[in-house]
Amino acid sequence: MNFVKKYLTYAIIGALAILFGALSIAGVLTPSYQYLFEKISISVILAVSLGLVVGFLGELSLGHAAFMCVGAYLGGKISQLIVEGLGLGDSNFLVFILALVIGAVSAGVCGFVIGLPALRLKGDYLAIVTLAFGEIVRVIFTNAKVFGGAQGMPTPRFDRKYLFVIGFLLVLATIAVIQNLLKSKHGRAITAIRDNEIAAKATGINVTKYKLVVFALSSAFAGVAGVLYSYSNFNIQPAKFGYNYSIEILVMVVLGGMGKINGSIIAATLITFLNTKLPLVLTGELAVLQNLFYALILILLVIYNNAPALKGFREKYNFKNLINLIFKPKHDPAKVRDDAARWDVVPTKISMDEVISTDVIIDNYGDNSADIGERGGNK
Amino acid sequence: MEEFVLETNNLGISFGGLKAAQNVNLKIKKNEIYGLIGPNGAGKTTIFNLLTGVYQPTEGTFCLCGEELKGLPQDKINHKGIARTFQNIRLFNNMSVVRNVMVGLANQPEYRCNLFESIFRLPRHFKVEKEMRARAKELLDIFGLLEDRNALACNLPYGKQRKLEIARALATNPKLLLLDEPAAGMNPHETEDLMNTIRLIRDKFDMTVLLIEHDLKFVSGLCDRITVLNFGTVLTEGTAQEALNHPDVIKAYIGN
Amino acid sequence: MNFITNLIGGLSLGGIYAMIALGYTMVYGIAKMLNFAHGDIIMVGGYTILVFAASGVHPLIAIVLAVVFCVGLGIAIEKVAYKPLRGASPLAVLITAIGVSYLLQSLAQMIFGSGTKMVRGLELGSLTIGKLIINVSTIVTLIACIIVMVGLNLFVKYTKIGRAMVAVSEDKGAAQLMGINVNSIIMITFAIGSALAALAGTFYLMRSPSICSTFGSLPGIKAFTAAVIGGIGSIPGAMLGGILLGIVEVFANSVPAIAPYTDAIEFAILIVILLVKPTGFLGKKRREKV
Repeated sequence: MNFVKKYLTYAIIGALAILFGALSIAGVLTPSYQYLFEKISISVILAVSLGLVVGFLGELSLGHAAFMCVGAYLGGKISQLIVEGLGLGDSNFLVFILALVIGAVSAGVCGFVIGLPALRLKGDYLAIVTLAFGEIVRVIFTNAKVFGGAQGMPTPRFDRKYLFVIGFLLVLATIAVIQNLLKSKHGRAITAIRDNEIAAKATGINVTKYKLVVFALSSAFAGVAGVLYSYSNFNIQPAKFGYNYSIEILVMVVLGGMGKINGSIIAATLITFLNTKLPLVLTGELAVLQNLFYALILILLVIYNNAPALKGFREKYNFKNLINLIFKPKHDPAKVRDDAARWDVVPTKISMDEVISTDVIIDNYGDNSADIGERGGNK
Repeated sequence: MEEFVLETNNLGISFGGLKAAQNVNLKIKKNEIYGLIGPNGAGKTTIFNLLTGVYQPTEGTFCLCGEELKGLPQDKINHKGIARTFQNIRLFNNMSVVRNVMVGLANQPEYRCNLFESIFRLPRHFKVEKEMRARAKELLDIFGLLEDRNALACNLPYGKQRKLEIARALATNPKLLLLDEPAAGMNPHETEDLMNTIRLIRDKFDMTVLLIEHDLKFVSGLCDRITVLNFGTVLTEGTAQEALNHPDVIKAYIGN
Repeated sequence: MNFITNLIGGLSLGGIYAMIALGYTMVYGIAKMLNFAHGDIIMVGGYTILVFAASGVHPLIAIVLAVVFCVGLGIAIEKVAYKPLRGASPLAVLITAIGVSYLLQSLAQMIFGSGTKMVRGLELGSLTIGKLIINVSTIVTLIACIIVMVGLNLFVKYTKIGRAMVAVSEDKGAAQLMGINVNSIIMITFAIGSALAALAGTFYLMRSPSICSTFGSLPGIKAFTAAVIGGIGSIPGAMLGGILLGIVEVFANSVPAIAPYTDAIEFAILIVILLVKPTGFLGKKRREKV
C-alpha cells in the first residue's frame, strides 16, 4: 500500500507517457494534442520547481520565467549553432540533450547569482530582487541582436511525435530529483529554514548554503523547461517571459497548495489545459473572462486557506474531508507508518497551551536594545 | 590549570553606544549546571545571543574548551558545540516531532550524506536515514516524547514543546547547552519535572548546562553556581546561597 | 540647455514616481504588506478620467471624481481582500495582492477592451523661456508634487491621525492599547495612497495621453522600486527614491545608446542598493527578536 502510494505519481505520469507515446507513433494523436502535452510538461516542470522555493523554502520568487528565458535562449541558440555548424538534421537527440544541459546550467548559475542576495535579504526584499532580475533579463534579450531582439529567435526543431514524451520524462526527472531532495536530511533542513530560520541556524543548519542550493536547483529546472519551450515553438520572444508569466506559474503553485508537489502538478496541468481550451469557447469579448476567473480563484483560495477567521470553517469543509466522505478509507492504527504525520501539511489546529504560552512570552520579553536604552537613561 | 568548558573574557556588546553587556567573565566547569539570573533587561539573553553568534561581541572573547569561537557564524558555533533553546519556543512547527530532532542530528559526522547521495538515493542515504531515525527515537524516548513522535510540533502541549526544544538542541551533540528560561510558563509540578530532566541530561549526556531563569527556587534548587547580572554587568557570582544573599543582589531585586 | 530640460523632466517624472511610491511605502509601514495592486489603482484613475472627460465633464472635475472613485476602491479592496488576511503569513497577503492586481486589469479589459485609448482634455501646451521649451504639464506636475509632499509631511507630523499612523507603524499592538483604532488608521492609509495614485495617474496621462489595462503596471513597478531604494516604510525615502529614479530614467533615455536599457539600469540600481544597504537609503533596520 505504502509502496503504491509512494510511486503513484511516477506510475501515472509514466503510464501516460507510454500510452500517449504509443498513440502518437501510431499516428492517432493529432499535433494539437502533442503540442498541448508539450505545454503541460513545461508548466509542470515550472510549477514543481517554483514550488520548491515558495512552498518548501518559504521565499517568494517573482522571476521564475526569467530563468526559463535564460535556458530557452542559451540552450536554443547553442543547439541551433551546432546543428547549423555541423550540418546536422533536425531531431538530433544528442544535441537536444546538450541543449538541456546548457539550459539547466546557465539558468542554474543565474539562480545562484540571484540567490547570493538571499544571504542578506529575505521575504519581501528577495521577492523584489527576483522581480527586478526578471525585468533586467527581459530588457537584455529584447535588445540583444545575437538573439534576434524583440522579433525573437528561431529555434531548433525536434520531431513533434516524440518531443512530448521527452517532456514527460523530464517531468518525471524533475519530480524525482525534487522529491528525493525534500525527503532527505537536506529537505528537512530546507523546511526547517521555512519554519523558523533563527532556530534553524541555532540547530547548525547552514542557511546560506541551502538557500543557494534551492535557488540554483529551482532555476536549473526552469532552464530545462525553457529549452523544452524553445524546441516546442518555432520562435521565442523575450516578451513571453515577462512578469505576467512568472505570476502565472505562481498561480499554479498557490492553486495546487503550497508545499504540495502533487497539487502543483495537478494545478499546472489544469491551468495549461484551460489556457489552451478556454479560448476556443470564450472567443472575442468573452476571452477576458478567463483572466478574471483566475484572479478571483487566486484571491478566494488564498483567503480561504489563510484567513485566521476562517480556521474553523477550513477544518470542517476541506478537500481531505471530502475525499474521506466519498471513499471512507479504513483507518488501521496498527498500520500507521512511522512518521505518518505529513511533513508538507500546514496545520490549522492551535492548542490552548500554545495560546497561553504566547502570553507568557510577551510578559517575559527580556533584552532588546530599546529596553536597554531606557535603562541606560536611568543610570 | 583547570580546564573550563566555557570561559568568557570581558565579553560585551554595545548597540550604538548603549552597553547591553560589558565585562562579563563566566567560567563554567565541566558537568556544572550554571545559572544566569537578573532583572528584566539585565542582558541575560544578550549574553546567550553573543555566545551563539546571533550578535557579534564588540569587546572581549569567549572560548569553548579552550577554543576561541568569537566571530564564527551561528551554524559553525553550533557545530563547535554550543546548542541553545529560546525564551519564546522556536520549533519547526510544521514538521513532525521526530523530524525536528532529526534536523538537529543532521550535522553529526556519522550521519554525513551529501546532496548528490540524497538526490540519487545512493545506499548511504538509506543507511544514514535509518540510523538518524533510530537515534532520534532514542532521544525522544528519554524525554518521554516517543508516543508523540508523529505529531506536528505545533500541536504538542506547552511543556512537551519545551522538552522537544531541549531534545533538538541535544541532538546536535553539544558540549555546552544553553537554556533560556526553560521553566517559563510552567506550573510547579512541571517545573519539578523539568529540574529532574535537566539533572538527567547532565548525568546521561555528560553535559554542561548554562541556564537563564527567573524562578529563584528553581535556580537555587538546581544550579551549582550562579552569576547575577544587572544593567549588563556582573553583580556577583558564587553558589546560589552566596549570590542570592549578596546585598547588591537584594538591592537590585527589591530596591533600597 | 538640454541638461536643464532633462533635469526638470526628471524631477517631474520623479515626482510622479514619488507620489506612487508614497502609497506603497505608507501601506507597507502601516499594514506591513506590499500592495501589488497599487499600480492598478493608477490605471483605474486614468480610466475614470477617460470616462468623465468623454462625457463632457470639465477635466478638473473629472480629476476630482477620479480621486474620489479611487479612494473608494482602495478602501473596498482593503476591506474585502486584505482585512480577512490580517495576521496571516506575509506570503499569503502578497499573493492576494497580486490576485487583486490581476482582477483589476482584467476588469478594465472587460469594460474598456484590450486596445489603447486616448484621453483628451488634459493637454496644457508648452512654455518658451529664452531658448528653453518646457511643457506646462511638467511644471504643473512638479509644483503639485511639491505641494503633496510638503502637505503629507505636515499631515503626518502635526495631525492627530498622522501621529496615530506613525504610532501604528512603530508598534501596532501598543498603538491599539493606547486607544488608536488600528483598523481605521489602515483604512485611512489606503485611502491616502489611492488618492495619490489617482493624482499620479492624472499626471502620467499628461505626459502621454494613451491608456490601456496595463497602464499602471510599469509606473507601479518603477515606483515600487523607488520606494524600496529609498527605504520602504519611510516617507522621505519614497520621495528621494522616486526623484532619483525619475532623473535616472530621463537622463538615460536622452542618450540613444543606452536608452533601450533604461529599465534594466533602473532595476540594476535597485539590486545594487539592496546589496549594499539592504534596507534602502532611509529604511529602518528591524532586528528580529531572538
